[in-house]
Amino acid sequence: MVRASHPLVELTRARMMESIREPEAIFWVFVFPVLLALGLGIAFRSRPAQPLRIAVQQGPGAANLAEALDRSPELRATLLPPEAAHNDLRTGKLALVVVPGDSVTYVYDPTRNDSRLARQLVDDAVQRDAGRADPLIVGEDHLTEPGSRYIDFLIPGLLGLNLMGSGMWGIGFNIVQARRKRLLKRLLATPMRRSHYLLSFMLSRFVFMILEVAALVGFGWLVFDVRVYGSISDLLIVAVVGALAFAGLGLLAASRARTIEGVSGIMNLVMLPMWIFSGVFFSYANFPDALQPFIQALPLTPLNDSLRAVMIDGAPLTANLTRLAVIGAWGLVSFVTALRIFRWH
Amino acid sequence: MAADTEIAVRCQGLQKSYGDVVAVDGLDLDVHVGECFGLLGPNGAGKTTTVEILEGLLEPDAGDVEILGMRWGKDDRALRQRLGVQLQETQLAEKLTVEETLRLFGSFFDGGRTVDEVLELVQLQEKRKAWVSRLSGGQQQRLAVACALVSHPDLLFLDEPTTGLDPQSRRQLWELVLDFKASGRTVLLTTHYMEEAHRLCDRVAIVDHGKIIAQGTPAQLIASLGAEHVVEIALEDGDPAAGEWLRQVPGVRDVRRERGGIFLTVGEVHRSVPALLATLKDRGLALSRLTTHHATLEDVFVSLTGRHLRDG
Repeated sequence: MVRASHPLVELTRARMMESIREPEAIFWVFVFPVLLALGLGIAFRSRPAQPLRIAVQQGPGAANLAEALDRSPELRATLLPPEAAHNDLRTGKLALVVVPGDSVTYVYDPTRNDSRLARQLVDDAVQRDAGRADPLIVGEDHLTEPGSRYIDFLIPGLLGLNLMGSGMWGIGFNIVQARRKRLLKRLLATPMRRSHYLLSFMLSRFVFMILEVAALVGFGWLVFDVRVYGSISDLLIVAVVGALAFAGLGLLAASRARTIEGVSGIMNLVMLPMWIFSGVFFSYANFPDALQPFIQALPLTPLNDSLRAVMIDGAPLTANLTRLAVIGAWGLVSFVTALRIFRWH
Repeated sequence: MAADTEIAVRCQGLQKSYGDVVAVDGLDLDVHVGECFGLLGPNGAGKTTTVEILEGLLEPDAGDVEILGMRWGKDDRALRQRLGVQLQETQLAEKLTVEETLRLFGSFFDGGRTVDEVLELVQLQEKRKAWVSRLSGGQQQRLAVACALVSHPDLLFLDEPTTGLDPQSRRQLWELVLDFKASGRTVLLTTHYMEEAHRLCDRVAIVDHGKIIAQGTPAQLIASLGAEHVVEIALEDGDPAAGEWLRQVPGVRDVRRERGGIFLTVGEVHRSVPALLATLKDRGLALSRLTTHHATLEDVFVSLTGRHLRDG
């Protein structure tokens, strides 16, 4: 414990010691993503199909009709006066209102999916009640796709988001802090190799990355039964490429900044588009086609796609090579640029 | 010092500007092996810029630097192995312990001291497991010096090592520097405390506006005033013309008027003061204050520049 070992080992150890002694950093890196997964996982959990709520407007024959419709397991029909029925339809509490009479009328909003579905179900029930006979007997075979729930989609997205956030904050923040406190300059006055200093950030990121992946994937598996259908080693390889790419970006963001405020602004500017566009919380297919080339060029997009390919589709690494190349290129270009423009003083 | 003494630091015609501001303006310096050399000057005189150029952390605009017979740009790593550096206002990592910090710095050097040896040297053994952020200002400064000593350097740079420290911490650091010098190694330090320069330095260069305006041992510099004592007086009514007739008082070598008083440089207090009192009595002037002190490096600085060290 007296004689110091290799400088790279000492630098990496010092980095990690500093990190684990920073409670805020631990919260944002390990606890926050888990809380986010928990909250969103509960809010958007899969539920058994709910019966659609409809109403029959009071009038001649309404009670019988309502009773007939209510027998259908997929419908929940009530009897309402016209005004209340229209009011509930307008505010979305009802999917459809049936006006009984010699010719039955369906009142609904055809742009609402649940209303269109209700129309089909009600019409079938009404026609059958009126004596329609179905000419063909059909069977049903219900299918459940593995990995099709929202939480299955979310966990890889949060993993990508976390690799981005902790890579950029963990490196950018600490480097600017060391520069501001003139610690960088002090280190330069020793025979320390500059590459060892920067490499120590990469190495400590690597160790923390494994813990981050384990925490989030483990949580998803234990609490929500989110499985990794591909191999764990493939998942780790994708995570390593992602972590190193964002470490490079963090280094680049911090390469010139002199103040914490300065580097925070740069990093938020870099990360915010990826929070929104890169398919963390919802599929980027929701954005218009014109935006897609831009979205595909962001480093987090191919990272999230690769993580999902491994976790949900069980795809082999070979299916992800192009994406990994894009992520790797981001990392390499930012690392090299950062080294060139890095401000040591 | 003999003319053939070994040179630890030599620079000639050193220049450095930041935009329009000239920080170092043609500075020449020779520091001999085994001496403690002080750069004394007010804040903003260019001391730190000079030292950081010598440490190889800044590029000079012009000038020649030779450290331990080597040059920056050629022998950087070999040079850094032999230097110990304490920078002004460096904050070490707050959440590392004293021991971890020293291990980290020690790992950059081939050989050097063990952590235990350095801890004993700076008397921080009891703080070995304490976080840097939990140390007092004096302890942090001793740790900063310890980081410079961990390599067992041949040449130690200290940039304002005691600024902001309480008197006790300051004395502890002085002991450290004197011990280091006693081992035959070289120290280059900057300070704006004349007492510090006087206590620690074999030779002092007084720096102002990026130039050396006087150089020598503290005793030589004070002797250059031509007198060893300073008599400071204030007159009850003031007298704008006081300068001229005061110069005629026997034993007075120099007269300086400043806000709040008149400073007379004299060779012998016991002769000049009675003469001064007699002159005042003849002129019907009354004193509101009279104090005397031994001439210091501060007085040297004031007589050269008309300003005080602490004024900057």
